[in-house]
Amino acid sequence: MLAFILRRLAQSVAVLLTVAIIAFAMFRFVGDPVNQIVSLDTPAEQVEQVRKDLGLDKPVYIQFVRYIGNALKGDFGQSYQFRQPVTKLLAERAPATLELALMSALFSLIVGIPMGVYTALYRNGFGAKLFQAVSLIGVSLPTFLIGILLIYLFSVHLGWLPSFGRGQVVKITDNWTTGLLTLSGIKALILPAITLGLFQMTLIMRLVRAEMLEVMRTDYIKFARARGLKTRVINFGHALKNTLVPVITIAGLQLGSIIAFAIITETVFQWPGMGVLFLKAVQNVDIPIMAAYLMMIAALFVLINLFVDLLYAAVDPRLRATIRES
Amino acid sequence: MTQPVLSVRDLSVAFFTRRGVLKALDRVSFDIAPGEVLGVVGESGAGKSLTGQSVIGLLEPPGRITGGEILLHGQRIDNIPADEMRKIRGRKIGMVFQDPLTSLNPLYKIGDQLTETILTHLPVSATEARQRALALLTEVGIPSPDRRIDSYPHEFSGGMRQRVVLALALCAEPELVIADEPTTALDVSVQAQIIALLKKLCRERGTAVMLVTHDMGVIAETADRVAVMYAGRIVEIGPVREVVQNPKHPYAQGLMGAIPTLEGGRDKLVQIEGSMPQLKNIPAGCAFNPRCPHAFARCFVEKPDLVPVDHSRVACYLYDDKRAENAA
Repeated sequence: MLAFILRRLAQSVAVLLTVAIIAFAMFRFVGDPVNQIVSLDTPAEQVEQVRKDLGLDKPVYIQFVRYIGNALKGDFGQSYQFRQPVTKLLAERAPATLELALMSALFSLIVGIPMGVYTALYRNGFGAKLFQAVSLIGVSLPTFLIGILLIYLFSVHLGWLPSFGRGQVVKITDNWTTGLLTLSGIKALILPAITLGLFQMTLIMRLVRAEMLEVMRTDYIKFARARGLKTRVINFGHALKNTLVPVITIAGLQLGSIIAFAIITETVFQWPGMGVLFLKAVQNVDIPIMAAYLMMIAALFVLINLFVDLLYAAVDPRLRATIRES
Repeated sequence: MTQPVLSVRDLSVAFFTRRGVLKALDRVSFDIAPGEVLGVVGESGAGKSLTGQSVIGLLEPPGRITGGEILLHGQRIDNIPADEMRKIRGRKIGMVFQDPLTSLNPLYKIGDQLTETILTHLPVSATEARQRALALLTEVGIPSPDRRIDSYPHEFSGGMRQRVVLALALCAEPELVIADEPTTALDVSVQAQIIALLKKLCRERGTAVMLVTHDMGVIAETADRVAVMYAGRIVEIGPVREVVQNPKHPYAQGLMGAIPTLEGGRDKLVQIEGSMPQLKNIPAGCAFNPRCPHAFARCFVEKPDLVPVDHSRVACYLYDDKRAENAA
């Protein structure tokens, strides 16, 4: 098991290094970084000085090694537009995005799995058909439209929930703030979390439904019935557990994309997270932020995938054997 | 005569599909006495498995019982509430399926699947249930059961898994076991072991068995009585010796003629011409009439009922004269 984790970590390093090359290449191919730092009327010798100070006169591979070295120390350079360390900028905004992503992931799992089970078990009932129809809307409507519709209904029309911002936040540590401890923070979180999680929820619901229908047809479920086990035990103990492997895969991948692509939801709700920061960086060609963001998302996906693999092993004994043998 | 464990009376089952109602079982009747092994044979689609599923209450929609009754120790079980029936399954009637590779839930240790079933049906503690599970695994011939009890199904071979399935079917001491082609999916070398085991376990416990199979060899070796099914009806039912050695119904004769024998001097196996009709176009009269070498006018009009001939009961008009003679 340990060997498996170590080997996966080694693979992860390779993946991250590749991403780092791409991130680093951005600096070179989206124009000369020095030109982005200095203003138009800077004298030529001063430009050269900046270039020297930044080490940009050295060969590319030396620059790359330095970039990696700094990145390992958590230093991704200075943002061009904010004149602040990128790491600090991202760290300030990460809590908002992570909180939003986790809440929407929880929402999609807690609502999606039971709905999937329900629609599979009572697939000819009215409720199941209604859920199926509604889920089609969830899958096909774009996120920004869902957000705007929710704002229109709950903020403008009913006035129950705020339409933008994070509400009141509480500082837990120096750079970790949470909105989960205040009423206004929680209220502000509801609409963005639903907006971001709705697609995943319907996806998980449809996936669980399909898998459940498949599992309910298997011999071991028939045999469990023939053994006289209680319906509840069969449905939730035997059937649901067998649907979990694909659900874990999808949920893991989706958690990664929720974090990476929270940008749209954050924009709609003016959520002060990394997505908004990234968008500003794109508008202003703020490469250090873009590169660091890229690296961070890559690291996140790698971690989630590792975690998903470990979860597989926890759920399915057959995969445990495969891992042990390999 | 003692009361039979199971009595099936005029059981009819139909499939309600969009294209119409398909009669799958047509007034099937039989009894199984305590400790008796009843073999049920017939071609695929004759209704063998369906009969088993009806008895244990696991007919799957669109299939539905449309008539008749099923009695367990004289109590009707075909019309009782679902939860009552659930308590009978596994406790009074056990079932063994065809494919041991897919009958066990791959995510649970076999010991857990056993104790789960025992705890569902019997008033014992978890420790007692585990003791019982261990004893059962020993009895079905799993080597070093104290170690293997915590193994997962994928760690067993097909034959071993079918032994576990047998242990599961018998773990609450049912009075009747429905074995639906229990050896079809197994290696020939393992088949005999499993059949011998099933026979031994049921004899020791006095458990009656309804053995559904199309393997006549298994029937000849195991069953006390045989029911031959064709197109949803029982065409002949009687003591195994009589049905195998001296079949009365033309279909049963064809079926027995198709068994290869080691000493038999035949170079060609007998073949029944044609194939069993599909449910939607079962002919009028006797369903076997298009393939029957002896069919005459009456066979195309009326459906024959089971009538006693010697020690068996046969649904064929060829024996009507005989019955008349007997009556006279």
